[in-house]
Amino acid sequence: MRLELEKRGEHSAMFSAISPIIAVAVTALLGALMFAALGKPPLQALYSYFIEPLTEVWSIHELLVKATPLILIALGLAFCFRSNNWNIGAEGQFIIGAMAGSIIPVMFPDLRGPWIVPAMMICGMIGGGLYAFIPAVLKARFNTNEILSSLMLVYVAELFLDWTIRGPWRDPDGFGFPQTQRFHADAILPEMFSASGRAHFGFVFAILATLVAWYVLSKTMKGFEIRVLGESARAGGFAGFNAKRMIIFAFVVSGALAGLAGISEVSGAIGQLRPSISPGYGFTAIIVAFLGRLNPAGIFAAGLVLALSYLGGEAAQISIGVSDKVASVFQGILLFTVLACDTLIRYRVRLRSSAPALAPESVAP
Amino acid sequence: MTPEVIVSIIATVMTAATPLLIAATGELVVERAGVLNLGVEGMMVVGAVAGFAGAQLTGNAWGGVGLAIACGAAFSLLFGILALTLATNQVATGLSLTLLGLGVSGMVGEAFIGQPGVKMASVNIPGLSDLPIVGPLLFGQDPIFYISIALVVGVSWFLFKTRAGLQLRAIGNNHGSAHALGIRVITVRYLAVMFGGACAGLAGAQLSLVYTPQWTEDMTAGRGWIALALVVFASWRPGRVLIGAYLFGAVTIAQFHAQAFGVAIPSQLLSALPYVSTIVVLVLISANRRMTMQNTPAALGKTFVPDH
Repeated sequence: MRLELEKRGEHSAMFSAISPIIAVAVTALLGALMFAALGKPPLQALYSYFIEPLTEVWSIHELLVKATPLILIALGLAFCFRSNNWNIGAEGQFIIGAMAGSIIPVMFPDLRGPWIVPAMMICGMIGGGLYAFIPAVLKARFNTNEILSSLMLVYVAELFLDWTIRGPWRDPDGFGFPQTQRFHADAILPEMFSASGRAHFGFVFAILATLVAWYVLSKTMKGFEIRVLGESARAGGFAGFNAKRMIIFAFVVSGALAGLAGISEVSGAIGQLRPSISPGYGFTAIIVAFLGRLNPAGIFAAGLVLALSYLGGEAAQISIGVSDKVASVFQGILLFTVLACDTLIRYRVRLRSSAPALAPESVAP
Repeated sequence: MTPEVIVSIIATVMTAATPLLIAATGELVVERAGVLNLGVEGMMVVGAVAGFAGAQLTGNAWGGVGLAIACGAAFSLLFGILALTLATNQVATGLSLTLLGLGVSGMVGEAFIGQPGVKMASVNIPGLSDLPIVGPLLFGQDPIFYISIALVVGVSWFLFKTRAGLQLRAIGNNHGSAHALGIRVITVRYLAVMFGGACAGLAGAQLSLVYTPQWTEDMTAGRGWIALALVVFASWRPGRVLIGAYLFGAVTIAQFHAQAFGVAIPSQLLSALPYVSTIVVLVLISANRRMTMQNTPAALGKTFVPDH
């Protein structure tokens, strides 16, 4: 018995639509097996993981708080991944965006006014965009592998943040803790419905960004250019598209959105800079992007699902006493199942008893 | 500086270089077969936690080494099933292997945080190990150091002096033609991926049994990614991986000694050195197109689906 793939003439429309759902279902099943192996009641574990967080209003607020950065970052990654640019340094762009956005409240704490929050958001986008510009220009100019360079810059950003808040930006009244002073009220991104929970206006940014990304990717020439260059840089060249400019464009858009996510998180959810401002949103957003099939509407939904996995991790830790590390295991399994299910879109999968090899065919990814 | 200080500095450079060397040599074989596995960091961190756990369970460092190699190879099989059998995108699949590895190791390792580890004993050859300078450097290292050197020599011999090595390189350059010649492309690639996984597992075990004999979360700290960069740096030649690994070992160690000599640089800047130098080196290498094009396996990262 062996497994065989047969290429479909066209991508399967049915599997395009349902493959993310199959992936989530398979992940839940594997999760149940994992909980059983850990000696926990599987159904109760799945309930406290995926349902319980949705039963209370404050918890839904937390879901939106966590979904905001995931959706914003993953939308940017869709621009990159669609155009075949592998930006995996969004975590670093998130951090630098958060720092750039914090310049005003930390270095000019006396400035006040309603313009401060918008200015911080713009600074955050510029910071993240510039940081993503580095691997982009290295790829466009020197052909440097962007996967490795963007990832290395994550570590550099983490260390830079660490140095800044232990050094020049440390709160003088903070008893020596490595953190900046708490932002004043004018530098806080307001909560949407502060009577019932913490969800802040960053989620509105996520909704707007989803609409803009959907419009750009599916209704404009730029979206077409991204798709053509992503399929084949050579074909794009014949159409008069410039692959190098696309590298810069995709990375800067992606970095700016990650930067916006960073400053929204710091200004809306945390209220100051700390050594750790992200539980790996930049990496989890990669899973969001693939689960959403690089499609803005899909990414919006996928961002909510992955946000639920963070919340479920915390809830399951309290109610059934499993480690909150289970969340990252779930996320990893989910990306695997998403990728495996995507095979169904492009190939028919058959089981055969034996197969004589006749003619070779190689398929570019 | 006294000779003793210099010897001890060189010895720490060697210890810091060994995990990079092992992981990069494994990945080199994988990439020579035309497969890009970005999961090195994940397999390495799984190896680190398995190495620690195995040493705890058996009370012997070698038990840890064995478990780490087995777990690294088994974990890489996940990548193989997706990228080779199901023909998924290799970049995305490798990334998911890294994310899953970091998650699984964090969960499994939670119980080990703060526990004292088992340190692997260094080799001691009476007479030779006591020689001045060369004694401690060449005859007093930990066993994994010797394995790493043997690995480079062995891989170099295998790739360029054996028929199987030639077949593996042929697959990496043109899997269609190799398949037409009757070479079992998918089988060879599975073996290569598992070899890479075993090497990454061993590299992880070196970290948790020799370099810092304990378990801390994410203790690989990007070494798997640096190993990937080393393969590019080495333009897919095992000998150059050796040189690159020792250069990076030296950069890693520089941060500790710079502080000892009272150099007034923020520690974070020094810690960032290995990552920054990785980028600089990648730029320098990739700017030289002729050199990279010459050795890059032509089928690297491309999926292969045999037409039956």
